Amino acid sequence: MSRKIKTWTGTLAVTVAVALSLSACAPGGSTSPTASAGPVSDDVAGAGNVTLTVWDQNTDPGINEAQEALNAGFSKKYPNVKINRVTQSFADLKTTLKLALSGDNPPDVIQANQGYPDMGAFVEAGLIRPLNAYDELYKWSSYYPESLLKINSFSADGSTWQGDNLYGVSQTGEVVGIYYNKKILSQLGVEAPTSLADFDADMAKAKTAGIQPMSYGDIEKSPGIHLFGVVQAALAGADTVNSLVTGASGAWTDDVSVKAAETIQGWSDKGYIAKGANGVSRDDALADFTAGKSAFYIVGTWKQAAISEALGADAGFTTLNPEGSDTPVTTGGEGLAWAVTTGTKNPDVAAAYLDYINDAASAQTFIDEKSLPSVIPADFTPAAGLESDVFNTYKTVTESGGLVPYLDYATPTFYDTLTAAVQQLTDDQVTPKAFTEILQKDYSAFLASK
Amino acid sequence: MTVTTRVRSSETRKTGAVKSRTRRRRLESWKAFLYVVPALAFSLTFLIVPTLQTAWYSLYDWNGLSAATWVGFQNYLDIVQDEQLRDSFLHVGVLVVFYSFIPIAIALLLTMVISRAHSLRGMSFFRTVLFLPQVIASVVVATTWLSIYSPNGLLNTALRAVGLDSVTRVWLGDFNTALVSVGFVGTWLNVGLCLVLFLSGVGNVQPELFEAARLDGASSFQEFFGITFPALRGQIVVALTLTVVSSLKTFDLVYITTRGGPGNSTSVPAYEAYSRAFNSGQVGSAASVAVVLTLGILIITALIGRLQPKETE
Repeated sequence: MSRKIKTWTGTLAVTVAVALSLSACAPGGSTSPTASAGPVSDDVAGAGNVTLTVWDQNTDPGINEAQEALNAGFSKKYPNVKINRVTQSFADLKTTLKLALSGDNPPDVIQANQGYPDMGAFVEAGLIRPLNAYDELYKWSSYYPESLLKINSFSADGSTWQGDNLYGVSQTGEVVGIYYNKKILSQLGVEAPTSLADFDADMAKAKTAGIQPMSYGDIEKSPGIHLFGVVQAALAGADTVNSLVTGASGAWTDDVSVKAAETIQGWSDKGYIAKGANGVSRDDALADFTAGKSAFYIVGTWKQAAISEALGADAGFTTLNPEGSDTPVTTGGEGLAWAVTTGTKNPDVAAAYLDYINDAASAQTFIDEKSLPSVIPADFTPAAGLESDVFNTYKTVTESGGLVPYLDYATPTFYDTLTAAVQQLTDDQVTPKAFTEILQKDYSAFLASK
Repeated sequence: MTVTTRVRSSETRKTGAVKSRTRRRRLESWKAFLYVVPALAFSLTFLIVPTLQTAWYSLYDWNGLSAATWVGFQNYLDIVQDEQLRDSFLHVGVLVVFYSFIPIAIALLLTMVISRAHSLRGMSFFRTVLFLPQVIASVVVATTWLSIYSPNGLLNTALRAVGLDSVTRVWLGDFNTALVSVGFVGTWLNVGLCLVLFLSGVGNVQPELFEAARLDGASSFQEFFGITFPALRGQIVVALTLTVVSSLKTFDLVYITTRGGPGNSTSVPAYEAYSRAFNSGQVGSAASVAVVLTLGILIITALIGRLQPKETE
């Protein structure tokens, strides 16, 4: 009996000691495994029985079906590989992935959001592996346009976005632009706008005619990024915004950004954006637009299927050219980057999986499911109407280098800062100048900490 | 077990060996700890160690992944200095009024009315209806109110119907009304809870007291402040504790209705802690907010507890 008691008290003492020692060392950065720099191989069949745990966020209708088909195809090609798919919404993935990656048993393949908040933090902590060797093996560089590869690249220490190391490849393409109602535009006697000045004039005409110029709902806060991003891109051009978001040069208080803020506040003051938009949900705003209650709606190509279904042949999609340019510049990029973790025991199999679900054949799978692939096959002709608007715009923008990144990539806290500030801007709580100062404060604090 | 213990110790006494007796007794008392071990292990693993860890993290600047940097009490200073964090604590102060003080006042008023009408037909029906908000999942409550507050929602439609078009607005999108709108949902939630507590308290008051008061010609106000209110002191303390704690830890309502917006006008500490820890990679700052919030809740609960009437028995 007494021996038993001793064992128990011993266990208790050990538990307490472990607990105390656990909390007595600095958190983080202790056990990040370093990626082996060994030779890479595309031999999957020879790898024996492998289970790949894959964390993705391809939950949207169409994209989900495409992903299932691709997973099934890979397992069929390599019967020795079993895919253990863990799928969740973007927001859920974003909040749980950090914990999963820093745990002892991380997934093999993940979808990482680009920019400093996620991919940069993963690279800095050594949690995802550089794919340069696999890029040479699978020739991703010759398949993807450079602008898309850049978005998925970082410097080895995670401090510079769009650096030398490739950390992922993406399946889908995204452009944020202006959807419009063709019926309303022809009623107003105007063409689809291709410049900010046209856009402004068209909205003025709609307002005079008693039609709500733009549907906008910002209660979820993220649409504010798209609104500001589209206007800023059209005013500043691709290079300026790119250098700003990557932290290379420029300031948010520069004149173009102030001008963009003035433009948006002007829209709000003139009623182009409805009063109280901060309390309207994104879905309600979209529903108003597809019900024909407004002329324009700013959102990404991922809403193509929904808008096309509701508005049919009346739906159009356009983007804005900066002054003096004949190609558009707008917010966009590609879907989340498929990346390989440093913790995986089967990097070769994981990379082969990445290649399989991102190659030209997979692009066709996404097209079949009414989604925009990151690289549109050369021989594909989109159906006339909205699909052709969306596909052609994406092609033009990626090929002419007119893509600017989502602005929240700029700093780890920029999503919160920017979205709250846009809400203040559209409700006249701050002046355009003060708005840009809020952004600059966050931005300069991050740059100083690097 | 206790029985055998006693038998054994009496046996020892018989042998008269004092030394072995004390050693035995020490063993016996250790044995008692065995019963606590499972529960202790559980709370160590899931409560005590994580709490200590959180306090420890709060002294670091940490993004949750890479190595952390020691910053001492800087995160705590930021709570005072950072406008956004400071405001979140002010906002929760406003919510306390709406979650706690107003519901208790309303419930007391209703108690005053209802306790005079004991024979009110369908009393249990009304009681159920008033308590219903407590039973519904908070996500459902928030989603429902989101629709009530929307531009063409129930509230604005009702206001328009009575000609108050000038008052209509997007309640959750307006910097002036968003926090109050969120607070009002809390009022709606908590009135039922307080009322059920108070009615059960009134039920414990001897009916003779009311009878005597009425015979002496007491008005319903005199009756309320003379009998009901003092009798309900215990229940009011319980209601205060429950509602104040629920307001301080508000998260779900804000998360679903406004995400802290518009701007940061409805951000609260619990939301800031979540958002900083899981979204923007400011784990140290999030931990410090959580620690301050926990301490705040402990102190306020202790203060409220002092209002509790002393047991007279």
